[in-house]
Order: sequence, then C-alpha cells, then structure tokens
Amino acid sequence: MAYKILARDDITSESVRMVVAAPHIARKCEPGQFIILRLDDKGERIPLTIADFDRDAGTITIIFQKVGKTTYQLATFREGDEISDFVGPLGRHLDLGRLGTVACLGGGLGVAPIYPKVRALKADGNYVVSIIGARRKDLVILEGEMRAHSDELFVTTDDGSYGLHGFVTDQLKLLFDEGRKFDTCLAVGPIPMMEAVCRLTAQHDLPTLVSLDTIMVDGTGMCGSCRVTVGGETKFTCVDGPVFDGHNVDWVEAKGRQRRYAPQEKQALDHFEKERGSK
Amino acid sequence: MAGNGNNEKPAKKKIIPEKFPMSEQPPAERIRNFGEVPYGYDVETAVEEARRCLQCKKPVCIDGCPVEIDIPGFIEAIAEEDFAEAIRVMKSFNNLPAVCGRVCPQEDQCEKVCVLAKKFESVAIGRLERFIADYDYEHGVAPPAEIAPAKGKKVAIVGSGPAGLTAAGDLARMGYDVTLYEAFHATGGVLRYGIPEFRLPKAILDQEIDYVKSLGVKVECNMVIGKVYTIKELLGELGFGAAFIGTGAGLPRWMKIPGENLIGVYSANEWLTRINLMRAFEFPEYDTPIWSGKNVAVIGGGNTAMDSVRTALRMAAETAKIYYRRGEKEMPARIEEIHHAREEGVQFDFLVAPDRVLGTDDGWVRGMELCRMELGEPDESGRRRPVRCEGSQFEVECDMVVVAVGTYPNPIIPETTPELELTKWGTIIVDEEKGMTGIQGVFAGGDIVTGGATVISAMGAGKQAARGIDAFLTDK
Repeated sequence: MAYKILARDDITSESVRMVVAAPHIARKCEPGQFIILRLDDKGERIPLTIADFDRDAGTITIIFQKVGKTTYQLATFREGDEISDFVGPLGRHLDLGRLGTVACLGGGLGVAPIYPKVRALKADGNYVVSIIGARRKDLVILEGEMRAHSDELFVTTDDGSYGLHGFVTDQLKLLFDEGRKFDTCLAVGPIPMMEAVCRLTAQHDLPTLVSLDTIMVDGTGMCGSCRVTVGGETKFTCVDGPVFDGHNVDWVEAKGRQRRYAPQEKQALDHFEKERGSK
Repeated sequence: MAGNGNNEKPAKKKIIPEKFPMSEQPPAERIRNFGEVPYGYDVETAVEEARRCLQCKKPVCIDGCPVEIDIPGFIEAIAEEDFAEAIRVMKSFNNLPAVCGRVCPQEDQCEKVCVLAKKFESVAIGRLERFIADYDYEHGVAPPAEIAPAKGKKVAIVGSGPAGLTAAGDLARMGYDVTLYEAFHATGGVLRYGIPEFRLPKAILDQEIDYVKSLGVKVECNMVIGKVYTIKELLGELGFGAAFIGTGAGLPRWMKIPGENLIGVYSANEWLTRINLMRAFEFPEYDTPIWSGKNVAVIGGGNTAMDSVRTALRMAAETAKIYYRRGEKEMPARIEEIHHAREEGVQFDFLVAPDRVLGTDDGWVRGMELCRMELGEPDESGRRRPVRCEGSQFEVECDMVVVAVGTYPNPIIPETTPELELTKWGTIIVDEEKGMTGIQGVFAGGDIVTGGATVISAMGAGKQAARGIDAFLTDK
C-alpha cells in the first residue's frame, strides 16, 4: 500500500507542505506525534512531525525543509504521487492541559511542529504567547495559522527584514525585561536555538519543553540511533520523546550526534543531484 | 529400508561416520562480499547424506525439534530421490524450511539427539532441510499446500518475525482469514533486520514469506500495532476473533557505562538494521548512511555479536574483535558462527568487560577501558558468573563499538495494552499450554514471552499458539 499526496505547496523557497492520505494515522494521532516515511525501495526512513491532521478527511499534513537527499527528492513529488511507506503515529502524545500562560517559540521549520501544540494549548484555555523566527521574511512559515491560535504573536528575523531584528530569544528576553511572567515555555527549532532558549529560561526558572528531531531508523525503540541524555539518563527520542525537559538535555552530545552523518548526507545529496542531472 | 530400521542394530549397511561436507566460500574472498558463506549440498551429496539416516523406529530427533518435523520422513524421501514428497512432508510441519536449515542451532536440537551421534557424527539434518527447501524453490516440485475450507473467522497476527510467520501460515492452512501486521516496511522481523545476508540471503527469506502469503495470509506493513490500533481495537471494531502478539525482543540492552552515547557506539540492532534492512552497505545507491570504523570492538558472545563483528569485516574494518566477559566455552553463539568468524580473522578477547568508552574532544569513540574478569560461582543461568579482577583495568584503541549484550522485549504493545500481565523483565505471561495471555482471545509467543531466544523456539511458540487459537475459536 502506498500513500497518496493529495495536496502540495511550496510555503517558502526552502520548505514544502504536503497533505497525505493516511486515514488510519489521522484517526489516532495527537499533537506532538510524528510519522516516519520512506520514499521508495532504496529510500531512507526519516521522521517528520505531524504538522496537522484531519480525522474526517483522513489526512496528515507534513511540512519539511529541503535539507538532505530525501527531502530534496520528496520536494519533487507532485499531487497524485505516492510515498511508498508512511508509518505512525509515533512518539508520545503530550497532553499539556491547562498550564496558564505559555510561551511557544518556533525557530525556522520548528514552527511546523509547534503549531499543533499551540492549537491544542489554546483550545485547552491557555494564554498563548507565540514567538516565531526565521532567517529572513520570506522564510517565515505558518504566520497566519499561528496568529489565529495565539493570544499574542511575535515574529523575528535574523536579518531584520520582518518583525524584530534578532532571534526568538531576543524577543523572549524583551518580554522578560518587561516583567512578563510565563508558566511554561515550549521551544522547537534547530538545536542551537533550543539550547539558547533553555539557557535564557533557566535564568528565569521557567520550565521549558523542547521537541527533538534526532536521526532515527525504526522509530519504535529498537535501534537507539535517536538516543539522547536527559538528566543523566539515556532516553530514546522515538519512544520516550520527542518532547523532553530542555533544561536537562545534554546539548553538546545531542549536537554531535545530530551531525554524525554529515559527510554521508552531503554525498547522498550530491549523488541524487548527479543522477537527476543525467536524466 | 522404509520404516523398518532398528535403533539397536543398524548393521545391514556400512555406516559413514562423518557428515558429508558442505562447500563454502573461502574466508579471504567472503569477507569482501555479503554473499552466503555455505553453498549447500548438491543433489548427489544430499541423497548420500540422507542415506546415512538409520530411520530409527523411535525417532528421537523429532523430540529435539521445536516444530516437530517428521525428520526421518523427509530424509527418507530424499534418500529415495522423491523430492516432491520430501518437501511435502517438510512443509506440512514447517513454513520456513530454508530459514531453519540455515539458522537453527541443529547441534543443540535434532542433531544432538540423533542416534548416530552417540558414536559418530549425526545426520546433517539441517543441511538436508536447507537442501530440500532450496531444491523446491529452484525446481518448484512441492504439491500445492492443503488448505482447509474457509472458516469465516478472522485472526490478527502482530509481528512478522519467525513466531508470527509460523502462526500466520498454520492458521491460514486451517482455514482462518489471517492478517499479518508488521511495523517495518518489510516483513520478516529479526530474520530481515537482524540476520545478515551472508547467513540468510534476503532473496531466500522473500521466497519463504511469499510462500506464507500464498497460503492466503494478508500482509499489512507500516502498522505499529499499539500505536495505530490497540489490541483491544483489533478484537473490537476491526472484528478479529483472536490476536497473536509476536513482537519480539527488539529493544537493545545497554551496558550503562560512561561513554556509551559517543558517536561510533552502535547497538547491534542499529548496526545490523542499517545494513540488513536498509542496505546501507550499498550506500549511496541506497539512501541510508552508515559510519563504519577501521578498528571495531564488539561486546558480547552471542550470535548477534558474531553477526555484528563479521559484518564489520565486510564493511572493510581492518581489525574486528570480540570482547566477552566469560570464557570461550560459555559463549552462547553457535559453534559454526564462532568457527566462521575465526576463519575470517575475527579476534577474541575473553574474560573481559568494558568499564567505559573513551572519546575524543568532539565526541567520537577513540577506545575503551576494560577490566579483566574471572569466573566465579554459577548464576541463575547455570553459567559461571564473571567476577571483576580489581586493578586489572587496561585501555585499548578502537574507533567503533557495537554493543551486543542482549535485548529486552519490545514495550509498545505491553504499554498500550494495560490488561496484559508481565514479568519483571517485561515479557508477557501466557498460559504455557495454549499460549493465551490473561486476555481472552489474545495469544503471545516468541521472544516477547521468553526474552531473546532462537528463531526456531519462536516458531515453535507460533505453532503452539496457532493450535491454541484454533481451539479457542472452535469452542467459541
């Protein structure tokens, strides 16, 4: 059984949104969970957050950035094309419930995984303050969706082309300086961003949850590729996560492990582009 | 000779004391490829070997087989060159003979109790099993499987490893409507992700699974039962009359020592899954990357450790070494695997255990600190317990470590099925005779019940559960 792409759009020059038919996953998934996909018989298994779902339509929405071979190849898929394998829902569902005032920070593509959590938090009656960041204006994603489900929304860009000139942490710092109080913080994005958020929130004793995007194979606890040290204990992102207490994550280890296949990833992408070029 | 042999005086024919040898790929060649090591018997040799069988009146070999194959029956047919009959007999007991003929520890089972083995070498039952399975795949001599009329009852099998495939095949033959759920994108479980190509070629495994499908078993991959449907939902809204949990022991056990998360430390599961299931050895033709070291250390003494270390050689390691905390005699790996590993240049260091993995400043493995052990009193497994020799710590250099010290049961089903009763090891408790759990209609078997064991014991459990399910659904 293959999984059909029902809709596809480029939401920025670097990222794509796809709606995939997977009714059995859509009926069960919850915010914070992810899927693993494999494009074809020679493909790698990669995890992607469930950015949205529609139980009635039986669809799962994924949003991905073109960073490696698999995501570049997936970006070439059109409406009507099929993905060979699509597995889920994986990971623990995080039922946050009513926490009070929650700061939700999304960096780059990290806005995609934080969006379903923002929606759930808002629905549960929390006061949601969202801060989303990107390198520049045209790379900001899901601004409208985030605004619709947040009580306040701030945008930052690295180059100052839109919103606050700076990082999401700079905006959070401004809010702290204004004396704003939060009950919990959620941060999703590249590791340096999450690490920076955690450093800042630790100074303010603000409990902070992060969602890790580690390298996985099976996604069901069998291989340990995704392991991470949290509070001195080894955890598997796939079955114990993907959400962890950010103040306890060993970021140095996580950064190294995330980069461990960098040369191979480059080689795979070069190989893919060469093959495409020759066609 | 048919059926009139005698346990006491096999005198009428001259006994050939040793098994006919099976030719193999030479070690220097095979460590450069993933091709299968033993080539298997040709027809002539198989017939000769089959004629060594005494055709005992009381075939104790059958008692040594967890799936109760009529061993003298299929061997007699080979001896008579009736290969269609041989494969018919075989497949009426065993859905996966090409697998079993390759990976079963026959030396501890059927061949161990073979009457010939009292004085000579046993009959090469495993090699004959492999021969007849391969012969059938090549020549297609097996008569169509006998399938009972449809009973109109649905059974769900969760996990397509050896236990699940066996239960699914048996139940399909009994006339049940069987759906086999697999979490990965491909079926076979440990047979696919765990056992390397050089021991069990995937093409052979595919043929075996195609056979099970030909019995009418429906396969649904990419289904993580527990997550996508709970066991309760299978029995409820999905309308299955019974379910079998054969999800195995797939969770890697760690040593819990410092440095275990350094880059270059793999669980045996990750190392083998990337290579066997994802075919990372063919990167970049296949997308899944792998990083393989030049000086590889494998911790453990079981078959998985042997598979890992021999795979490392094939991934161009310059040195590949096993570190095991007990002695050579205590190694749980099959003798054949240890022998093959040694032929291929694998080094062994016994009575030694790592205290920590040493890393470079940027987080990669650079070596290990180990401690010498000695054997003390026997532990609950009956093997002598390794005891540390304090002060004997030493360092070795290596750039990759594979941890192959065992596995835990896969927790997803137990976690999402709170009604299941578990042991303190996380294995599922079942009724020993029928294989049923505490939940009516829910059966379990294989490593999820026993903890990490053998392919054939899982198959035995699958067989037993198929009978249990049949009895349960018949009474219902």
